[in-house]
Amino acid sequence: MLVAYDKAYSTSEISPFVTVAHNLPKMTARILSKNYLQLGNALRNASTLSAFEIQHKTPLVKKQNPIPVALYGGRHAVTMLPGSGIGPELMTYVKNVFRYAGAPVDFQIVDIDPKSDDKKELEYAITSIKRNGVAIKGNIETKSENTEVQSRNVAIRNELDLFVNVLHCKSFPGVPARQSNIDIMIIRQNTEGEYAMLEHESVHGVIESMKVVTQSNSERVARWAFDYARRNGRKKVTTIHKANIMKLSDGLFLETSRAIAKEYPDIEHNDMIIDNCCMQLVSKPHQFDVMIMTNLYGSIVSNVVCGLIGGAGLLCGKNYGDHYAIFEPGTRNTGTAIAGKNIANPVAMLNASKTQSCERFATTTSERKISAGKIRVRKSSRRLSITCCKPTSDPERTDTYA
Amino acid sequence: MALITRNLPRILNQFQAVQSATPRLLHTTIINNTEAEVSDRPDSRRVCTLIPGDGVGPELVYSVQEVFKAGGVPVDFESYFFSEVNPTLSAPLDTVSKSISKNRVCLKGILATPDYSHTGELQTLNMKLRNALDLYANVVHVKSLPGVRSRHQNIDCVIIREQTEGEYSALEHESVKGVVECLKIVTAAKSQRIAKFAFDYATKNGRKKVTAVHKANIMKLGDGLFLRSCEEMAKLYPKIEFERMIVDNCTMQMVSKPQQFDVMVTPNLYGNIVDNLASGLVGGAGVVAGASYSAECVVFEPGARHTFSEAVGKNVANPTAMMLCSAKLLHHINLPAYGNMIRNAVDKVLKDGKVRTKDIGGQSNTKEFTYAVINNLVPV
Repeated sequence: MLVAYDKAYSTSEISPFVTVAHNLPKMTARILSKNYLQLGNALRNASTLSAFEIQHKTPLVKKQNPIPVALYGGRHAVTMLPGSGIGPELMTYVKNVFRYAGAPVDFQIVDIDPKSDDKKELEYAITSIKRNGVAIKGNIETKSENTEVQSRNVAIRNELDLFVNVLHCKSFPGVPARQSNIDIMIIRQNTEGEYAMLEHESVHGVIESMKVVTQSNSERVARWAFDYARRNGRKKVTTIHKANIMKLSDGLFLETSRAIAKEYPDIEHNDMIIDNCCMQLVSKPHQFDVMIMTNLYGSIVSNVVCGLIGGAGLLCGKNYGDHYAIFEPGTRNTGTAIAGKNIANPVAMLNASKTQSCERFATTTSERKISAGKIRVRKSSRRLSITCCKPTSDPERTDTYA
Repeated sequence: MALITRNLPRILNQFQAVQSATPRLLHTTIINNTEAEVSDRPDSRRVCTLIPGDGVGPELVYSVQEVFKAGGVPVDFESYFFSEVNPTLSAPLDTVSKSISKNRVCLKGILATPDYSHTGELQTLNMKLRNALDLYANVVHVKSLPGVRSRHQNIDCVIIREQTEGEYSALEHESVKGVVECLKIVTAAKSQRIAKFAFDYATKNGRKKVTAVHKANIMKLGDGLFLRSCEEMAKLYPKIEFERMIVDNCTMQMVSKPQQFDVMVTPNLYGNIVDNLASGLVGGAGVVAGASYSAECVVFEPGARHTFSEAVGKNVANPTAMMLCSAKLLHHINLPAYGNMIRNAVDKVLKDGKVRTKDIGGQSNTKEFTYAVINNLVPV
């Protein structure tokens, strides 16, 4: 892979290293990987490629240079992308709840017009997320079916290199659902696989769509999952795949996760084929703990589990990269009225789980207040509607940010 | 057994170390903010560290406390006498910084810094406190006040100053007799951090322009790095205009056409000078509020660093700056209603112009001004 890459992009500067590398296999990896990154940086700085193309043509190159976190005097700045549909309406509830609870968060709102194909707004949104490190996002519709216009949601994820999507599926008390006491963590590769968006018509009437699986990204996801499991006292990690059919691509994903699993002997690891997994989920969901999977399977499985525990409006999805995090409704569809609570949920988690900063009690208290408030809403009223969100927030007005 | 006897002294030592952890932490720069538990923080009333400072500081702080009492503001003060010119009475740095990192907010007067050092130490107490808490960003909002006469009207600029490195690194030495070298440290990380702070401040407060103040034509490497960091950060903020200005030109522009400035970002020493210059334009040290930010906590202090020690005990100092600081503090701790209450009262008193302290051309004293503010408080 590396050699192929070097052939494609080699310059006179790099080729001597390649010959050295043949002689000294140990140094190979070090030098090549170093040059590889430098090459990526050089490409990024000098090339005429767009950031999106760089991401796809050089999938292993990390594009982000870390910048300082926007946390001043204990207050966070957070980008808010209301999105379309009921997004904006829900965001007002989020803001209200935050104000009442006194959460130390300042929102920077960036509106993206779903109708226009203009990339400027999207670029500004991405810049804003880069500045703040964290965003809360409604779903942004991409109306156009023009092949030139890519999905904005996908574009944001790719640009920010948010390689993992995490969905914590936990049954809520007071929500009637088909299955109770579910506690599954779905961890999904978020930037490649079927969503690589590389499709072409090779012969008239024959379309090929490429599914890209890279070892480095598979490794990152697997490592993230095992680290998560270890940190949170989870017992088991299940890899979901279809390696019996896609022996190379899904095979690589499976092999990588097996290799990583060896580094975590305290956590049990097994794997399951996607079709069987879906069946098991609806019949015996309690056997699952942490699940890792490629992009498309993740989309399917998370929707299945959401359905099992009470619908699209309840869960929040978290997208993490090395530097950035985006929180959004779990199932990524433009929600119903029920999603009012759902939105409050990711934001509440946002502060606590912010990757780069340490735990801070000020935010966790307000988070607790928000989630406590939510649970009260759920328990007290069977009909989970937005209107009941407001009255329960009101008493919290007195609880100023401690 | 042998193992235990061998290790016994060490274990005992550790035990002692735990007990005497407070003095041991003195002068360390890293602050552990996770120490304070949730239970330490009351739900209904906020605690705020209070450092009266030197000179007229205690009198001004007393005015603020009177106003808080009269307005029923739910804030309790944890007061520490902290001073460099009076070292025997001063609370230890460690106690004060711990209190601030626990409470997250502090209201502070100005600390006097002597021109010489008793001990040969180069760091002043102010610098130590900033380093201990990593209070890297100093924000001074210079705004013309209604009813305060000055040379210029409609000034509204924010000066953001890096205050943990640069000329204030306290690295000076005499290499040969008669030759003293003073090191100015500029780092990319801290320059980026302050630049980002300035742009984030501008974004949050709806400001249009950020001006970087530098002297990169002379200090091509040091100030050059600062300037480059600002330029780099500016690329992330396409909606905010960025311009650069050399510090000497900047001071001239400041006194001739101060309205052109919006947000300014400066290294340490230039910031200090520009702060005081700008404060002078709108009415002096008594009316300009400022704040120092770290990632976790904020210290609110008057913008111009002047202790006014000539006026101690004379009841003539102007408490406006301190009151505006306290209003900002209340905004920060999510009590905006109380903050607005105090701010409006101060504005009203100044606008009415009947009660004014001497520095802004009146005849009233500190006490009278304080009572005038209290009388104008509109309860929340």
